Amino acid sequence: MSAAALPTGGGGTAGEAGRSRARALVGRGALVLGGVFLVLAVAIVAGIRYGLMLAIGLGFGLVLEGLRFGFAGPWRAMILRRDPSGILAQLLAIGIVAAVALPLIAARGGELLGAQAPVGWAMVAGAFVFGGAMQVVLGCGSGTLVNAGSGNPIALAALPLFAVGSFAGAYHLLWWTDLGALPVVTFTGWTGVLLTLVMLVSVAGLLWRLAVPEHRAVPRRYLVAALIVAVLALANLIVSGQPWGVVYGLGLWIAKGATAMGADLSGSAFWAAPESVERVRASLLVDYTSLTNIGIVLGAFFVASWRSGGLSQTLPVLPARAWVATVVAGFLLGYSSRLAFGCNVGAFFSGISTGSLHGWVWFAAAFAGSVLGVRLRPALGLERRS
Amino acid sequence: MTRRVTAGLALALLAGLVVADLLATPPNPYRAPPIVALGSGVAGGGGFCGALPD
Repeated sequence: MSAAALPTGGGGTAGEAGRSRARALVGRGALVLGGVFLVLAVAIVAGIRYGLMLAIGLGFGLVLEGLRFGFAGPWRAMILRRDPSGILAQLLAIGIVAAVALPLIAARGGELLGAQAPVGWAMVAGAFVFGGAMQVVLGCGSGTLVNAGSGNPIALAALPLFAVGSFAGAYHLLWWTDLGALPVVTFTGWTGVLLTLVMLVSVAGLLWRLAVPEHRAVPRRYLVAALIVAVLALANLIVSGQPWGVVYGLGLWIAKGATAMGADLSGSAFWAAPESVERVRASLLVDYTSLTNIGIVLGAFFVASWRSGGLSQTLPVLPARAWVATVVAGFLLGYSSRLAFGCNVGAFFSGISTGSLHGWVWFAAAFAGSVLGVRLRPALGLERRS
Repeated sequence: MTRRVTAGLALALLAGLVVADLLATPPNPYRAPPIVALGSGVAGGGGFCGALPD
């Protein structure tokens, strides 16, 4: 029926649509102003560098949620559907960062640090467990933050235990590394760039060969996301002096809370170390990974609020064993990523892009763990699969 | 119940964490480092997932 046949109703509908658009506009304006206000507030209260780090974190959250660019999902797509497009985009982003970061770190080694860590038994096992757990909750280090910000109840349940696990993993870290670790191996300077790019292209070529033909092209949104994530990761390095990371900040939140409640952390070689004690005593607003983590949650929330219907999805009804699996996997995400010297961000993305061999070993071990995690999800009641 | 509730809860938890921390350990902007690490001449040293204590 045409609008002309029902002039009052049609006018009412048009008026309602106009009011709805105006409300959306006001809401979106408030989001932008809110983001700018928070960045300025941190810059004033803590310092300009810290405001910039929150802005970089916001950027990560906006692009990861806005362009639906992640780590766990693309790995799952490769395992289940032999669709490597997301991983190819990840490798592209890593390659861009490596091409800029490695020469910069070589030239300004004191000011800029890479994500360099040793390969060891606990590191490999930690990466394997992390890969499995990230498929169980369908969220990696950054993904859990993004999903929590966009209202995913699984991520919200997993995140607190992720933080507790990160704290506990750091508490026991030196015991685990004493089980055996190689010296740190890094690829540096232009030689490092060449080696890293050759290895990235080799892995990309292997994935491309394994792919089913219709999934061999990388969608435009992934390419755009990869470029923006690379720029933000470089900004992270240049502003803070260290690569993008996630897990350390989460453990620090628990360490601060535990200390505030009177806990004694002197039994941990990690948390009792002078630099750790100093960071636990300092404000969260001067910790780089905390700031980018907060920014990621906020950025994802902004996108979900901005997107029409982004927050109006009803929450899923899951069996009790799914919730138990979620909190256990959340804890394992945190604990294992400390043993592995980082998650998909700190070890895989930042490790490889700043020339650390442990990033490559992490990639292989976590991918093997992901294969197991993908198979576990239906058994744990987190999805139905034919 | 919709995602509006869970997203709101996530933000509330985050806000609670930051406010409690601000009250317990307020930052000092007068001790802030140079705006950008690159070119500052100051050695980097923030907490990171890959770093072991000295």
